[in-house]
Amino acid sequence: MRLAFREAMMGFQRAPLLSALSIITIGFSLFAFGLFGLVALNIRNAVQQVEERVEIRAFLTDGTPVEAAAAAVGDVSGFPEVLKAEFVSKEQALVLAKRELKEFREEFDASVLPASIDVRLKDGYRDPRTVAAVAARLRAYPFVDEVRYGDDWVEKVYRLRNIATVAGIALGLAFAAVSVIIIGATIRMTVLSRAREIAIMRMVGATDSFVRSPFLIEGFTKGILGGLMALFLTWAAHQIISSQLIETQFFDPKLSMLGVAAGALIGALGSALSVGRHLRDV
Amino acid sequence: MSEAKAPGIIRFSGVTKEYPRTGTALAGVSLEIAKGEFVFLTGPSGSGKSTLLKMIYLEERPSHGDVKVSGVLASSARGGDVATLRRKLGIVFQDFRLLEDRTAEQNVSFALEVIGTPRTAIGPKVARALAQVGLASKAASLPRELSGGEQQRVAIARALVNDPFVLIADEPTGNLDERATRGIFQLLREINGAGTAVVMATHDLELIRRSGLRTIELNRGQMVFDSAAEARPAEDNA
Repeated sequence: MRLAFREAMMGFQRAPLLSALSIITIGFSLFAFGLFGLVALNIRNAVQQVEERVEIRAFLTDGTPVEAAAAAVGDVSGFPEVLKAEFVSKEQALVLAKRELKEFREEFDASVLPASIDVRLKDGYRDPRTVAAVAARLRAYPFVDEVRYGDDWVEKVYRLRNIATVAGIALGLAFAAVSVIIIGATIRMTVLSRAREIAIMRMVGATDSFVRSPFLIEGFTKGILGGLMALFLTWAAHQIISSQLIETQFFDPKLSMLGVAAGALIGALGSALSVGRHLRDV
Repeated sequence: MSEAKAPGIIRFSGVTKEYPRTGTALAGVSLEIAKGEFVFLTGPSGSGKSTLLKMIYLEERPSHGDVKVSGVLASSARGGDVATLRRKLGIVFQDFRLLEDRTAEQNVSFALEVIGTPRTAIGPKVARALAQVGLASKAASLPRELSGGEQQRVAIARALVNDPFVLIADEPTGNLDERATRGIFQLLREINGAGTAVVMATHDLELIRRSGLRTIELNRGQMVFDSAAEARPAEDNA
C-alpha cells in the first residue's frame, strides 16, 4: 500500500502538467454539475416554499359553538396528513385580514368574516388528490359552511414540482454522465502516458490489482482536488449571482462534502475503468 | 526425446496460435526445453519467434494445443497464476524497456518492489544483480546516460534480480553493435552457466553458428528445425 501511494504521488511529480490538466478538467466538469445542482436546489427550495403555503380553510357557519370547533380541531389534528390544524375565530380572522390586506383595512368588519379551521398538511401530502380528500373530510362536519384550498393553484404547484423533479433528474444524470466521460478520458491520458510502467509491472509479475492501486489512489486524489476546485468555483458563482442578480441558497456543508466525495468517487471509478480497459487491451 | 537429460521446464504440445486478422502465427509446434538449457530461436521476421516467447510468459495463449511452463498450464492459468509464474521468469526485449526517469538501480529495484519484496531484501539483491552484469559503478545513472549495451545490461539485471529459472530474451542484441552484441551474449552465457535456462530469439546466424548451442528455427509459424532432434524434418529446405 505504501508503494502504491508513493507511485501515485510520483505520478503527480513526474507529469505535473498532465496532473494539473486532469484536476482542472475534473474541476470544471464538476463545476458544470455543481452549477446545475445550485439551480436545481434553488428551484426545489422555491417550489417547496410555495408548497408550504398550501392551506385548507374550512369556514364555519355562524353560531358554531367554540367547543364543537375545538373538538373538530383536535379531531382534524389527528389526521395522518395534517401537520397543523387551528381554530381561527371571527376576531382573529379580522386581525389577519387587516394585516394581509392593508389597503382594505377600513372596509373589514368582524361580522363579515366567518370563523374557520385552518389546516396545513405535512410534506409529501400536498398533492392535489390528498388536499381534495382532506377538504372532503372537513366538509363532512355539519357546521362547516365552505372549504377553500385553491384547487387550481395546488394543481399548478404540484405540476411544476413534478416537472422540476423529472427535469432535474434527467439533466443531473446527463451532466453526471458527461462528467464521468470527460474525467475518464483525462485519466485514460494518464494511463497511456504510463503504459510502459504498467507493461513492466506486469512483465515482472505484479498482479493486476497491484497495477491498478496507484492509479486508483491518483484518480481518487485528483477527484478530491477537482471536487474542491469545483466547490470553490460554484461558491464564487453563487456569491456573484446572489450579489448581482437574485438571492440564492448555497449547498449546506453536508451536501458540499457529498459533492467532493462524488468527485473522489468519479476520479477513482474513472481510473478503475481506464486502467481495467488498458489491462484488457494490452 | 530419448536422451536422458534434465526434465523439461517448458513444454509445447501441438501449439497453434491464430489471430483473427493476421492469420496463423504458430502451427502445431511441439518442443521441450530443459532446466539450465540455452536455446536459440531463429527464423525470418514474422516467423513466430516472438509469439512463441510470449507463450512462455503467458502473454499469449494457444488457440489449439497447450503450453506448460514450470508446472503451469496455459489453458487453465488464471491471472494470479500468470503473475506468480512471471516472478520466476526473466524477460528481456530488444528495446530494453527501461523507465527513463529512474536510475539503473531504481529500474532494477522496481521489479522487486512491485511484487512486494521486503525493503530490507531489495538493496542487496539489486546490488548483486548490477554487479553480475558489470554495472555496479553505474547504479546511479539514468538510462539516457548509458550506452545501448549498458541499457540492455540494466534490463538483464532487472530480469535476473528475482533469480529466475529461465531468461527469455527477445532479440536482445537487435539494437546493438557488434562489440556490444558479443558482450551481451557473453553475459547470457555466464548467466546460463550459473544454472538459468536461456531462450534467446535472434537473427544473428553468425552468433548461432559460432556458439554450437541448441537452435530451433521457425518459418511461417512452423518449427522447421531443431538441432536437438535427431533429424531435420523433410520439408525443411532452408
